This record gives sequence, structure tokens and C-alpha cells, in this order.
Amino acid sequence: MEKDIYILAIESSCDETAAAVMKNGREECSSVIYSQIELHKLYGGVVPEIASRKHIEKINPVIKEALKNADKKLSDIDAIAVTYGPGLVGALLVGVAEAKALAYAAGKPLVGVHHIEGHIAANYIENKDLEPPFICLVVSGGHTHLVKVLDYDSFEIIGRTRDDAAGEAFDKVARAIGLGYPGGPKIDRLSKEGNKFAIDFPRAKVDGNEFDFSFSGLKSAVLNYLNQSEMKGIEINRADVAASFQYAVIDVLTQHAITAVKESGLNKLAIAGGVASNTSLRENIEEACKKEGIEFYHPLPIYCTDNAAMIGAAGYYNYLKGVRHGLDLNAVPNLKIGER
Amino acid sequence: MKILAVDSSGLVASVAIVEDDNLIAEYTINYKKTHSQTLLPMLDEIVKMTETDLATVDAIAVAKGPGSFTGLRIGAATVKGLGLALDKPVIGVPTVEGLAMNLHGSSALICPIMDARRNQVYTGLYRFQNNELNVVKDQLPIAVEELIDTLNLLGEPVVFLGDGVPVYEAVIREKISVEYSFAPAHMNKQRASALAVRALQYWENGIFESADDFAPEYLRMSQAERERAKKEEG
Repeated sequence: MEKDIYILAIESSCDETAAAVMKNGREECSSVIYSQIELHKLYGGVVPEIASRKHIEKINPVIKEALKNADKKLSDIDAIAVTYGPGLVGALLVGVAEAKALAYAAGKPLVGVHHIEGHIAANYIENKDLEPPFICLVVSGGHTHLVKVLDYDSFEIIGRTRDDAAGEAFDKVARAIGLGYPGGPKIDRLSKEGNKFAIDFPRAKVDGNEFDFSFSGLKSAVLNYLNQSEMKGIEINRADVAASFQYAVIDVLTQHAITAVKESGLNKLAIAGGVASNTSLRENIEEACKKEGIEFYHPLPIYCTDNAAMIGAAGYYNYLKGVRHGLDLNAVPNLKIGER
Repeated sequence: MKILAVDSSGLVASVAIVEDDNLIAEYTINYKKTHSQTLLPMLDEIVKMTETDLATVDAIAVAKGPGSFTGLRIGAATVKGLGLALDKPVIGVPTVEGLAMNLHGSSALICPIMDARRNQVYTGLYRFQNNELNVVKDQLPIAVEELIDTLNLLGEPVVFLGDGVPVYEAVIREKISVEYSFAPAHMNKQRASALAVRALQYWENGIFESADDFAPEYLRMSQAERERAKKEEG
């Protein structure tokens, strides 16, 4: 029997300070997330400097709690994995500097992990049978990507947003209809009371790559609709606006993902990222997959938001492939998927 | 008593190992690479070169601020990680005090200045008396003109140092009315050895904290917090 591999993972790319201990990549021994969202609500979005300051305060307690909950000491750990991009540079640097110092002082290998590859790897925790290759739709506040996952460490981007990320559009529309930050869960909830066919918002067509996305036109269409209704003195049904907007986003995401799966001939679709916890998106994609006979994989909502368990999962497979980073590892705010 | 010291508060990155009255090793660079790329490799270098067993270190000293917010956090996260792994306490030394230690024995008033942007400097005033560094004015951010007015009122000879000097040298030369000088290259920027010496004094006075509790002292709110406070004031 081979020895079990334990990874201590650290994530601080945005507004969550997180640490986790993962066994053999797919089994969570512990996962601790300190969310700063309440702090940033005051500002209607994440303030990088405030996020960085909070990370410094929380990082040691979060790491210690993860080790304690896993009943492990640092000496039991085989490698330390850390998100080094993409994300907010000041926030990333806290996790990176901490992980490097830990790895150095404890004499452990250091594995830098791509944040989005982490989101994709969240699917491995939930679905023990899922193995590459498959298609993954990554949707979050900062990212909208259609990725062909060729191997645990090999990725091909087949579609991306040309402008706003899907989650960004959710935040902006939520603000416009007075729902506040963060927009995603609030629109998802309000949508359940509305009619998604009430307003016919446009589905953006993008020239060039059929798998690319564009959400800024949709966002403008919603804002125009709100303005015009106000000028004409028509009362706005916020639930209908939320539901119709959300459906326009989901419809495009689903169509692109399904087409990509069919063209790739892989027959497996996974979703990842913060917006992947949107219940309507899940239902819509699940239904479409059923119709097309495609196997559908998704992480638990807790693994959709930023967390360190997913970084530990991705870190494990990188560790097996021999990825090691040096003490000069830097944060790379615009790190590309698949870049090493 | 062996102290490992780290300073990444300004343009310079500096690490040192000091044991009681001996400087075992020091590595300081003033180069365009980021602290994230330099600090830990530098520490590794001096530890290897001096065959230091990290377990024999008694405490870890760090410049706790003020300084570049990002630089302070790289230093803080580094010492917090080291402290967690080695189970050692952290001694946070005020950055400006650490700088003042460079000029041990100076008879002039010591005035370190760091560029704080927005036409301000992080500064403080220090004096050596009976072989000890005394704080005349604790570190703070103020307008450079205000600092010069204060120095002119005190009427004592003063020596400037710090990475704020090249930024404000012209203003100082123009407006200062007391005798003044600028510290030379070997002592005008952060030195982890000087920080370690100051840290030893803190240690002897029982001033240190756990690596978990340590956080930088920025001496300034974030821009978003400032703007929000201003709005609330109306």
C-alpha cells in the first residue's frame, strides 16, 4: 500500500482567508474559510487594501485551525500548496509569503497553484470518479471560461469572456435594482419570485469564437430597461428583471457549454467557480445535460466559493507531477490557466 | 540570545542574524526585484552560509511599520510563517526607530524620513543619551514642511537618513535653518542588524508577541476607509 499524501493548502487571492488539509487530493481532512464579505459590503465590493490587511490578521489562526481540525502537525504534511495567481496582488502576496516561510522553516516542498485550476479541481473532491479529460465551465466574479481539461495539469481554454465576467454582471445588475453586494446569491433568490420570460433581454453574439462570451451588452440592456421604465413611469417588477437577466446569462452559459461538450466528443461537463453555486444555473445545465445524455459534475456550493480544499486538490496533482516552486515564488495577479 | 531580523518596509530588503553582541550575518540589497522574490532567498543564503540551525533562533524581529503597505505585509507574512513553523515569538520594531539605530552614538538629533507619498513623510525624532536611544517624537506621518518647522523651532543640529531623503532633499536644503547633514550610504537605509539590536532591547523589556497576533502598524487607513470617513463627516 502506498503512503498517503497530505497537502496543507493556503488560499488568499481575494476576500477569503482559507487553509485546508487534503489527503491524497480528494479527501478533505479539514477546510477553514474566514470570509471578509461583511467588511467589504460597506464599500459595495472588495477593497484590495482592506482585504490584504485582514488576510495578515487571519492567516495564522486559519492555518492552525486547519491543522488542528485535521489532527495533523506541520511535520505530518508532505507539501504546502498555495494560490499564487490570478487574483489581487496584495492579497495573494500574504498567502504566498506565508506559505514560502512555512515551507522553508518546516523543510517541506512548495507547490504554487493556479486559482482557477483550483476551482476546476474542486470537482475531484465531490466526484471521486471524475477524471480528465472533460469540459469545465468556470464562472465567478472575476472569471468566465470554458476550459478543456486535458489532464490534471494540462488545460486548453476554448472560450472566455470578452468583457465582464458573469459574476461581475450579477453584481452590477444587483446594484442597479438595489439589491446590494454580493449580487449573485441575491439575484438568485429574488429570481425565484419572478418570471424569467417577462423581459426578453439580448443574448450576445460574439464574432470570431463561438465559445466566447460577452456580458456588458446584457448589463447595458438591463440598465436601459430600468431607465426607460422609469422615464415612462412604468413600475418595475424587480423579481421579473432579476429572473429575466439571470435567465439570459444562464441560457448563454448553458448553450456554449453544451455545444463545447458535443464538439469535443468528451461527454463530460463540470462546472466550477462562485457562480456555479447558482441554483438556477445548476438546474438549467443539469436538464440540458440529461437531454443530451451528457454526464454532469458539480462541486458542493461550499467548494464553489473560494476555499483552500480545492487548492489542496489541485496542489496534490501538481505535486505528483513534480511541480515544485522556489523561495522566490512571486504572486502573479494575471496568471494564465495552464501556465507553469 | 539569537535574533533573526527581517526588514522589507522600504526600497531595501535586509535580513540579519544577531547573537547578543555579535552580528553573525547580514544581507542587504537595494535592487529593483520585489521583496517577494528576494527576502526569503536572502534569508536562506545567510542561514546556509553560517550553518545556522533555525531551531536555535530565540525570536524573530521585523520592521512593523510604517512603510510600503505591501512591503510590510511581505515581511509580516514571512515572520508569521517562520514563527508558526518554528514556534518562536515575534518582536515588532517600529521602522523609524530601527532606522535611527543606524546612527548609534550620534550627538545630533536623528531624523529618519521615509517617503509616505501625498507630500508626507513617515518620520520621528531620536536622540542618543547615556548610550541609549531615546524617542523625542514618536514615529508619525506628517507634511515635510511641518517637520522642518519643528526642527527649526528645536534649534538643534540634525542628521537625516532614510529613503525619503532623495525625494525631499531640495525642500530640506531650502527651508531648514539649523545645522544639518545627510547620513552616508552605509547607514542611510534600513539595516536588519540595527533592527535586531533594537529588538534585543525590546526583548529585554519583555516586549514581544506571538507570531499569530503580530500585524503591521500602517499608521494610515486605507484610501477607501479614509474616503468613507470623510463622507461620514460630511
